[in-house]
Parts: sequence; structure tokens; C-alpha cells
Amino acid sequence: MDPRIIVVTSGKGGVGKTTTTANLAVALAKAGYKTAAVDGDIGLRNLDVVLGLENRIVFNLVDVVEGACKLQKAMVRDKRVENLFLLPAAQTRTKDAVSAEQMLKLCDELRENFDITLIDSPAGIEQGFRNAAIGADEAIVVTTPEVSAVRDADRIIGMLESMSKSPIRLVLNRLRPAMVKSGDMIDVKDVLDILAIELIGVIPDDTSVVISTNKGEPLTLGDESLAAKAFSNVARRILGEEVPLLDLDAPDQKGFFGFLRKALGL
Amino acid sequence: MNFLARLFQLIGKEKSKETAKKRLQLVLIHDRTDISPEMMENLRKDLIGVISNYLDIEEEKIELDFSKEERSVALVASIPVKSVKRRAERRAEPA
Repeated sequence: MDPRIIVVTSGKGGVGKTTTTANLAVALAKAGYKTAAVDGDIGLRNLDVVLGLENRIVFNLVDVVEGACKLQKAMVRDKRVENLFLLPAAQTRTKDAVSAEQMLKLCDELRENFDITLIDSPAGIEQGFRNAAIGADEAIVVTTPEVSAVRDADRIIGMLESMSKSPIRLVLNRLRPAMVKSGDMIDVKDVLDILAIELIGVIPDDTSVVISTNKGEPLTLGDESLAAKAFSNVARRILGEEVPLLDLDAPDQKGFFGFLRKALGL
Repeated sequence: MNFLARLFQLIGKEKSKETAKKRLQLVLIHDRTDISPEMMENLRKDLIGVISNYLDIEEEKIELDFSKEERSVALVASIPVKSVKRRAERRAEPA
């Protein structure tokens, strides 16, 4: 496989870019691909804490692009999963610390060293996003079934298209099947109709995501939850496998008591 | 709250999902026809130029905007006409 660089982005903040990046990176590494998770959010780094690697950081992305240290030295190796490496963002610098040219050069170097690189983009449509996306071949757009998030996703898709990223695929995060059923949440089909891009996965809204972030242990490390499974499936689809979408109706929504719960809106 | 929402649904009030979808479709059509005010102004000037060859129009009363219907966009112009120019007839003839 040719080395691939995928930017994970969304436009709107807080829809789950970093969580998605962390879970996909772990799943891809577990599948045997040498994987780099790059935090592109200079000044507001978070991928390190979501991955649970915050205590192991010595150097960061800005050190690498400024030539203060070699890429290999800045990459934090994950001891829980073979093949997984984190390139943390700088926390005490701003987005201006990195130029588009520097990012392109960094991406070339990542390509030489890793099978798959995931770049976690900052929210917004400014230089920070552009830097995160410029060196990437492909894009994963994360959105939630909300008007504001879908609108921003539409904007970012337009920009990714003008930057010739291909494929651009969608992760629909935090879907609540019970709300979709009761008619109070936009459905997968609605979002796809509106955004007109390829779907690469639907992640159910799941309390296990919050718990995993609390602990710094991505779900794909070995959690049994539906969200964990959904993230693993996205990783498999990235690798070209055809995996059907999960049945997201949680077990407690099934059966008589589930019916009762739903009917009462509990 | 939830129970009430359900009751409203039964009476035929629109589900919030449909409202969200419609609002999104409308707002996106506007977002996607991302035409700058400057470009809109140029369009207006050019339109006035062309139409003035044929008709006397009230330039300051021209209304120009995009109208959104379902998934399509139309440019709608309201151009009040003062009078029709006689020389328009000549211009309409093939050269």
C-alpha cells in the first residue's frame, strides 16, 4: 500500500474530531499498519490526552518543522499498541508557528516513515485548518446530526474539494437511534442527501466515549461497546474492506421493556 | 416534556427532525450560492445596462435576490418599467 495521509476535520468544534482520530489511529495500528497520529491543533493540543500519552511528550510538531529535532525523536511511541505513534502539537505556540510549506515538507517525511498518517485538524476554516489539510491526500469529515454541525461540514467539504482532496468521506458521530426513531433527530440518510458525500461510518452516542476520554484509553484498544465497534469498522473501511453498517439500536431499546422505555421516552 | 412532544406529534405537529432538515436545506442553498455583495452589484449594473437599451426602468427600485425553492435556486429580479423605448423595435430586428 502506498503511504496515505488523511486529515480528520469538521469545521465546527466539539463534534468529535480528536476522539475519531484517536480511535481510528489505534484501530489502524492494531490492524498492523505503522500509524502516525498527528495533532494539527497548534496551541490547543488535545490528541495527546485523548490517547493517554500526555506524560510522554518531549518534543512536538513545531520543534520538528523548525528543525530543532528529528521527526523520529518527536514521535511518541504508544506502548499499548504496536505501530502507533503520536506527533503532538505545541501547546505554548500559536497557529502562526507553522507555515503551509513546512507542513508539506513534514507530510513528505511522514509518508517516508509511516503507512498511514491521520492529522487531527483544528476547528474553523482558517490557516490552522488549511495547514492540517494541505499535505493530506484524503479527508474524513466528522459531523453530528445537528443543523449547525452539518452546515459547517458542508462548508468544509467545499473547501476540501477545492483543495482536491479525494476521497472525502463522512463520519456521522453521536447518532441517537431512539431520537431518530421518534422523529427528533436528523437521520443518516438526511445528512447524506444534504451533504452528498460518501459515508464511511456512523458512531452511536455512547457513554463509553466519555469514560474512555476520562481515562485516556481509546475505545478501539479493546472496549466492547457499540461505539468501539463502530470506530473499528470505520478503520476497516479505510483499509478497503466492505463492512456493513452496524445495527445501532442498543440492546436496551429492544424487547418489551425497551419498547416501554422508548414509549415513555426514557 | 417528551410525552407532550409525542402528543403534539399525534395531533400532527411537524417533527423537529423535519424542521431541522428543511432549515438546513434552505441555509445551505444560501451558503452555497456564495456570491459576494460586490459581484451582486456588478450583476445589477450589467443588468441595468442591458435592459436600458430596450426599456426605461426605475433603477433605484430594482430588487435583485436569490429565491430558494426545494433544492433549486432562482435569480429573481423585479424591475419597474417606466416606458418602452421606440428604438427597441429597431434593435430587435435581425442585423
